[in-house]
Amino acid sequence: MIYRAFILALISMTMMMPAHAVDPDEILKDPALEARARVVGKELRCLVCQNQSIDDSDADLARDLRVLVRERITQGDSNEEVIDYVVSRYGDFVLLNPPFKFKTYALWFGPWVILVFGMGVIWVFYRRRQTAGNDSEMPVNVLSEREEARIKKLMDEDKS
Amino acid sequence: MKRLIFMLPLAGFLLIGAYLAIGLSLDPQKLPSLLEGKPVPEFDLPPIAGRDDAGFSSEDLKGGVSMVNIFGSWCVACRVEHPFLMKIKENDWVPIHGIDWREMDREAGPAWLRRFGDPYTLVGDDPKSKAAIAFGVTGAPETFIVDGAGIVRYKHVGPITQQSWDETLKPLIDQLQQGS
Repeated sequence: MIYRAFILALISMTMMMPAHAVDPDEILKDPALEARARVVGKELRCLVCQNQSIDDSDADLARDLRVLVRERITQGDSNEEVIDYVVSRYGDFVLLNPPFKFKTYALWFGPWVILVFGMGVIWVFYRRRQTAGNDSEMPVNVLSEREEARIKKLMDEDKS
Repeated sequence: MKRLIFMLPLAGFLLIGAYLAIGLSLDPQKLPSLLEGKPVPEFDLPPIAGRDDAGFSSEDLKGGVSMVNIFGSWCVACRVEHPFLMKIKENDWVPIHGIDWREMDREAGPAWLRRFGDPYTLVGDDPKSKAAIAFGVTGAPETFIVDGAGIVRYKHVGPITQQSWDETLKPLIDQLQQGS
């Protein structure tokens, strides 16, 4: 019983959602527009608490940015247009997802390059070990004549 | 050859270490300004109480070098900076325009200027960060140097001090004033 409660608690923990800072008075009446504003808000970095999105941040500037996002969406801007406007003011830095362009190639490709390199190293390592096992055939010790004679003698003794 | 392979983890460690050391020495609060070299963004702000100007808009920035200073009565660093702005005004070095940012109380900005002095030629009221976001402001105080053609030439983050004035702002303003 207690295990079940414990597991239930663990499962419910994985379902926790971060609290949003969006105030009720900011929320748009049109749920479709509000949903779009949430999507945009998650993409944009709060410039004050830099590891939070503007949706998660309680900072005043984040609040004003949320309001600005909603105003622009209400005026008929697409999500991209809103994001482009904010980027034109604050630079790529406001994007929580870094854009895919020449300056960020190292960021996007770096992990894959390292992964391929690491797999290559492992492959070479095992290949070498395998071939090392095959090539160096241990020289089989051949018995000397005296030893052969002794074995023969012993076996003959056995027969008799 | 074998030796070299054993050095590989060390080399990797040094590489990553150097990379992270550079990363740690950078100040994440210092963001590049996208405005430098570009025209001032469009804005049109209403005046604050107790002043005889009619507000402050991007149109006011044409015809003469000026500084745009983002401040607020709630901002502690602005108070540190304030005496130096007064000094600039007293010596008539360059006109300073103010953007009174995020005042919750319409009386707070005017009261602040009455108490500490008013160094501004024009002041606009920006309670909803309209102009602040257009300028890409992340915190107060921030100061922009605008040339006579309305092009942003420099963004200064944090309080202006005698040192930053002497070393950076003053030379640039002199140069711009001679050019126009």
